[in-house]
Amino acid sequence: MAQPLVKKDDDRDDEADYHPFLGIEKGAVLQEARVFNDPQLDARRCSQVITKLLYLLNQGESFTKIEATEVFFAVTKLFQSRDIGLRRMVYLMIKELSPSADEVQIGTDISYIASNIKVIIVTSSLMKDMNSKTDMYRANAIRVLCRITDGTLLTQIERYLKQAIVDKNPVVASAALVSGIHLLQTNPEIVKRWSNEVQEAVQSRAALVQFHALALLHQIRQNDRLAVSKLVTSLTRGTVRSPLAQCLLIRYTSQVIRESGGNTQTGDRPFYDYLESCLRHKAEMVIFEAAKAITELSGVTNRELTPAITVLQLFLSSSKPVLRFAAVRTLNKVAMTHPMAVTNCNIDMESLISDPNRSIATLAITTLLKTGNESSVDRLMKQITNFMSDIADEFKIVVVEAIRSLCLKFPLKYRSLMNFLSNILREEGGFEYKKAIVDSIVILISDIPDAKESGLLHLCEFIEDCEFTYLSTQILHFLGIEGPKTSDPSKYIRYIYNRVHLENATVRASAVSTLAKFGALVDSLKPRIFILLRRCLFDSDDEVRDRATLYLNTLGGDGSVVETDNDVKDFLFGSLDVPLVNLETSLKNYEPSEEPFDINSVPKEIKSQPLAEKKAPGKKQPGLGASPSGPASTVDAYDKLLSSIPEFSNFGRLFKSSPPVELTEAETEYAVNVVKHIFDSHVVFQYNCTNTIPEQLLENVTVVVDASEAEDFSEVASKPLRSLPYDTPGQTFVAFEKPEGVPAVGKFSNMLRFIVKEVDPSTGEAEEDGVEDEYQLEDLEVVAADYMLKVPVSNFRNAWESMDPESEQVDEYGLGPRESLTEAVSAVINLLGMQPCEMDYYSGHDYGKGSEVVPNNSRSHTCLLSGVYIGNVKLLVRLSFGMDSSREVAMKLAVRSDDVNVSSAIHDIVASG
Amino acid sequence: MESCPSVKNILLLDSEGKRVAVKYYSDDWPTNSAKEAFEKAVFTKTQKTNARTEAEIAMFENNIVVYKFVQDLHFFVTGGESENELILAQVLQGFFDAVGLLLRGNVDKKEALENLDLILLCLDEIVDGGIILETDSNVIASKVASNSMDAGAPLSEQTISQALATAREHLARSLLK
Repeated sequence: MAQPLVKKDDDRDDEADYHPFLGIEKGAVLQEARVFNDPQLDARRCSQVITKLLYLLNQGESFTKIEATEVFFAVTKLFQSRDIGLRRMVYLMIKELSPSADEVQIGTDISYIASNIKVIIVTSSLMKDMNSKTDMYRANAIRVLCRITDGTLLTQIERYLKQAIVDKNPVVASAALVSGIHLLQTNPEIVKRWSNEVQEAVQSRAALVQFHALALLHQIRQNDRLAVSKLVTSLTRGTVRSPLAQCLLIRYTSQVIRESGGNTQTGDRPFYDYLESCLRHKAEMVIFEAAKAITELSGVTNRELTPAITVLQLFLSSSKPVLRFAAVRTLNKVAMTHPMAVTNCNIDMESLISDPNRSIATLAITTLLKTGNESSVDRLMKQITNFMSDIADEFKIVVVEAIRSLCLKFPLKYRSLMNFLSNILREEGGFEYKKAIVDSIVILISDIPDAKESGLLHLCEFIEDCEFTYLSTQILHFLGIEGPKTSDPSKYIRYIYNRVHLENATVRASAVSTLAKFGALVDSLKPRIFILLRRCLFDSDDEVRDRATLYLNTLGGDGSVVETDNDVKDFLFGSLDVPLVNLETSLKNYEPSEEPFDINSVPKEIKSQPLAEKKAPGKKQPGLGASPSGPASTVDAYDKLLSSIPEFSNFGRLFKSSPPVELTEAETEYAVNVVKHIFDSHVVFQYNCTNTIPEQLLENVTVVVDASEAEDFSEVASKPLRSLPYDTPGQTFVAFEKPEGVPAVGKFSNMLRFIVKEVDPSTGEAEEDGVEDEYQLEDLEVVAADYMLKVPVSNFRNAWESMDPESEQVDEYGLGPRESLTEAVSAVINLLGMQPCEMDYYSGHDYGKGSEVVPNNSRSHTCLLSGVYIGNVKLLVRLSFGMDSSREVAMKLAVRSDDVNVSSAIHDIVASG
Repeated sequence: MESCPSVKNILLLDSEGKRVAVKYYSDDWPTNSAKEAFEKAVFTKTQKTNARTEAEIAMFENNIVVYKFVQDLHFFVTGGESENELILAQVLQGFFDAVGLLLRGNVDKKEALENLDLILLCLDEIVDGGIILETDSNVIASKVASNSMDAGAPLSEQTISQALATAREHLARSLLK
């Protein structure tokens, strides 16, 4: 064998590195493929060339369309050979090169014809094979054929496929069934005709045929609940042979259980006995599938769980890592909802901490942290410390999060847990990991008063040597809020001022702000803070200098030591109560002039979409919110539009505009939706109308509103739409007066009234005379939620605590039986029209997630809402939901607001909703 | 959960993470570079583990990967997050043992590449489009290895000429349209 000419630059043994495809090249192999055309085929040689081609494809090499087509045609010649090995390779090659169904259907040109020819040529050969006496040919031909076939060809071969499904050879039957599963995606109506044969195959004695038949039968019937339920009922009583089929049946059974919704009152769940009997199956795969299915039953009881937990516990001590992993992962999930049920496994779990597979060890630890009791914490922490040094960051983050929840559960243990966190904070780690630790410490400090001083010092030490700007600024900000409230604020100053010397500009600016906060709150420190801030006036960065100047002025750093007044405190500590997006837009729109920028002019409502387009002044905004599918118009745009109408110009500032409400069904003659604009003592309905009939022109369009079911409202103005041509949206308005500041509600019935004129479609001209006509629209309601602005707060807990506890009103409500907690939560949110906030650490778990999201299977939930009520009254709501075994939902509602009347108004809304 | 157990890919890599044979059944990795990135991530993370006596398991990007090594060959089977781990392990075991049978116990990279046709056929017999076809290694290996001549099949010369005739007719029709 010739040595390669290229000298290798490493000293590896060339002999060991040699393999048959070393240095092969596409062009050369394509040349070699000419042997396919030889009159006397060398089957062995041909097989080798196909293998080389497949090797190239497998390595990610791609063939051009021409190359692929040429190879394809050449390969089809090989059907002449009777060598079974070669035939197998031909099948593989055709599958790799086959024109996909898409190509056949979409292509219109030569490629369409070419691919069709390909299919035709290969189809006839394959059909021959499909009817061959050799089962191996038949099974493979079916699989290849179904891969390349389209609807028309499929009808031609359908007869053979139906036969194949019930063929006595299991390989042939499986091939047909699996192909059926794939074909169901593209040609469902054809495959559905095979039900009888598939049904027969479900009874097959061959294990895998039964599995494939069951899968296909279920997919054919998946939209027919009753049929699936029947299928499950009959099969759970019968004999299912293969473990795979048994797993499938377990999945279908849980689906039936889920859909039946546990309708028996006695607590006996249909099919539970079947699932439980599967726990005694001889195949581990089935046992596990059943155990997992039981743990995932919605509203599973402890009695139902016990047998499943018992088998999973046995798996924990298996010698197979896969089994241990599967079991511990499932138990970990159970521990989130039913920690007590898992405590029996704690001893086995503890031995898994030293498992060589780190995924298993991490899952075991986090499970233990969820189920552990107060007395075991110290021992657990000792074990974890050894463990932490040899796992990857991603696992460490999971552990840190578990420790955080544990600490919140057992606040008395904060000392050892806080020590643990500060120790790992000092060790090496990436940003995400460090962030998780810092977040956890911050949460613990906020939640456990005793932990505050030690926690703050840990953080101070961390920023002395912290490479992440983001974390440093976060910690400095947090220090500014918590530090001044400690017993000895002065000890933090050194850490903070060190940042001003040693860090980049971002951190320096942040340190300046923190210093100012200490200065504002701690009078005794003021003179020293002023000295430090004055030094910052000579910083090299303008932001740092600006901040120092600003704070010196607001704090009165001109020498006189005065009490810091409340405005300054508000300025330093208050959260920005306008969304940043809105502030940005308003600032961009602000033109420099004598008049200073007024932050109160920034809208507080968050928009579903940010201001996308700023129209040039003077240009009328076409189709404002008229098309229901169009982008949601913004408050700004509405405000401009309404104030441009003289009738409405004296209504004052627009408080809120609702999203459009459809008043017509889709695809009717006239499409109308309405936007409710709420002012302090007025309500304006903006009807967005679209005429969808090309032969008509509507004129003098108005909406006649009957407000007899809305006593507090009286109509004051109506602005008709002069002309409404085809497909050009227009608006008509009706305004009502209502008592000032009162959230009046009511129901309005609407009638569209207009003059209709025929339009000649050829000329587009309308006739002179029109006919008066009316069109009934759906009713419209003004509800309490219309008076609520969705205004988020960045930190719910801070906001909550800064509100007067006196204003708090708490009451409990029964919401009756509900489908799920999610449904109950969203119903209340919709009723109140408030903004769901992020979970805070108050709620213990799921910190940072939207509080409107209810975790699966959970039976209790806390939801936090914020909003501004008409009259600019800020309010916050805490909702605690609980669900009992009969799905009755109870809710505790606590509300705080600037105005006690508003608090009780919220309760009224909920009580009447 | 209601769906049929499915396999997202089967990988056979060498001791440097290079492909010996791979087969993807899912669209999660649409391009070759996405596939290679996945293979690299899986290989580097599992490289140091001892998966020689028992199959090991790990999670990657919401996928479960079960794997087993022998000599300089690394076998992987990937499934979705909610897939039954033991089913995936059985697919892996079927593949692993079938390759062992087909290579007559000489399971290493060189032998695998020299018999790449057998490996590819083996993959083809285990999973079809993500659906498990067979997990019994003996059955898989015997399906792949049945290499005898088929006496029953007639010479298919006629088949081809018939096919070409049909194709020509079809071509003419399409062009006339």
